[in-house]
Amino acid sequence: MKLIKAIIKPFKLEDVKEALSEVGIDGMTVSEVKGFGRQKGHTEIYRGSEYTVDFLPKTMIETVVGDDIAEKAVQAIVDAAKTGKIGDGKVFVIPVESAVRIRTDEEGQEAL
Amino acid sequence: MKNTYRYILLLLLSLAPAVLFSQSVELVEVTEQVVEVTATADSGNTAWMLTATVLVLFMTLPGLALFYGGLVRAQNVLSVLMHCFAIACLASVMWVTVLYSIAFADGCGWAGGLSKLGLQGIGLESLTGDIPETVFVMFQMTFAIITPGLIVGAFVERMKFSAILLFTGLWLVLVYAPVTHWVWAEGGWLFERDTIDLAGGIVVHATAGISALLLAYFVGPREGFPKKLHVPHSPGMVMIGASMLWVGWFGFNAGSQLAASESAGMTMLVTHISAAVASLTWMTIEWIKTGKPGLVGIVTGMVAGLATITPASGQVGPLGAVLLGLLAGIVCYFMCGIVKEKLKIDDTLDVFAVHGVGGIMGTVLVAVFGTATFGGFGTFNMGEQLMTQLIALAVVIGWSAIATVLIVFVCKKTTGLRVDEEVEFTGLDQAEHGETAYHFE
Repeated sequence: MKLIKAIIKPFKLEDVKEALSEVGIDGMTVSEVKGFGRQKGHTEIYRGSEYTVDFLPKTMIETVVGDDIAEKAVQAIVDAAKTGKIGDGKVFVIPVESAVRIRTDEEGQEAL
Repeated sequence: MKNTYRYILLLLLSLAPAVLFSQSVELVEVTEQVVEVTATADSGNTAWMLTATVLVLFMTLPGLALFYGGLVRAQNVLSVLMHCFAIACLASVMWVTVLYSIAFADGCGWAGGLSKLGLQGIGLESLTGDIPETVFVMFQMTFAIITPGLIVGAFVERMKFSAILLFTGLWLVLVYAPVTHWVWAEGGWLFERDTIDLAGGIVVHATAGISALLLAYFVGPREGFPKKLHVPHSPGMVMIGASMLWVGWFGFNAGSQLAASESAGMTMLVTHISAAVASLTWMTIEWIKTGKPGLVGIVTGMVAGLATITPASGQVGPLGAVLLGLLAGIVCYFMCGIVKEKLKIDDTLDVFAVHGVGGIMGTVLVAVFGTATFGGFGTFNMGEQLMTQLIALAVVIGWSAIATVLIVFVCKKTTGLRVDEEVEFTGLDQAEHGETAYHFE
């Protein structure tokens, strides 16, 4: 199993969610996060003074998938979230040791 | 129609002797009542002044509070609302106990006497001009509320609440009440010199502006000034508050005519023109300089336009209002940068650059734009009036500065001026008031 952690532009969330559904992923956790990478922050100007906003709002999607579809899922996210401009985000893939569905006690891939 | 009236009159006259003889006692009473009637308030003027009073209070609560509140960080918004509200209450109580007497009781040229302490002798029948004195007390009170309220913008996000109350109390006694007497009370030395200040370019904006600049200097800049600052947390709130200021300003300026008169109408008109022109001017400068016309910018331009026309709104016509609005937008815009970048004073919400400079500019320029050449209604000589205005400003600015330094000294020795570093980081709302503005659960 793999944990896929994708940090994307907030307005791309809907597209990414649909793309993931199409490859058969029917569960995910979404958080509103703030951060910066190469894009850095941006500046806003009020009454002539410049204010630097270091952390930009981003959306983080977390989903655990079977090894077989991990690659497809990553590709789906990349395709759906791409605008080609700086600040599109990143996708991380992390191995997962175990999983349990609390309601039924199912374990491993059965629990996903 | 005329004939009908004549017949009625004749009929009444023919009945008159009968009435006179049968009810002679009552007639005496009626004449007495007539005498009393001439000494009661004019209901039209009173109605307008009651309304204007409400409008001016609305400028502070909640207008100014929201205008300032939206400009600070989310963890300081309640503290700003609290400052404005508490100052309003403190100024009200002080106004009726001591300040009104210092400002408007008979006294010498420099201060009113103590004969109206605690509003002594002011009853139902007391009049100021042709409005009840109670209404005059209330109307002027709302000015004593908003003036120290304006200063809040200089020290937001870092000054101690106890120090704010102490500063406000002393400032009202030492600066606001005496200057009001000088400029607006009969017998005041600037009043007697025919100084022009319809609604408070000197009394409100110059005093508050200068004191704000000095207080900001003594309190010191916010952590991170000027490079690492936080953006205004709610420009929408800023716009709502500013719009209330605009509406309330009609009571402020047109109400200062103390009558529902032709002059009040013209005052309202020129006030509105200046606000609109200054807003567009500020927006245009920002659009050119930064590429984007911003909401915070356009509403700040509006406040600059209103502060600038305030002292002049009894003398200038529409042309003068357009010119004042233009100058307000340009000069106040660049003053914001000069104060923060050149003087390096963190007058956080630009009280001096917008209110102080605007009020001072209007006080000087009324001598020019108030003349017939610019479509104004002033009957003065431009050169002489210019001197009068400059002398008034010099003395008032000088006194406001000296008194502010004295009061700062007292605050430093007693309450202390500033919260500690950690409190400033976490925000005044939690640390000073134990409340949080936005719970997202």
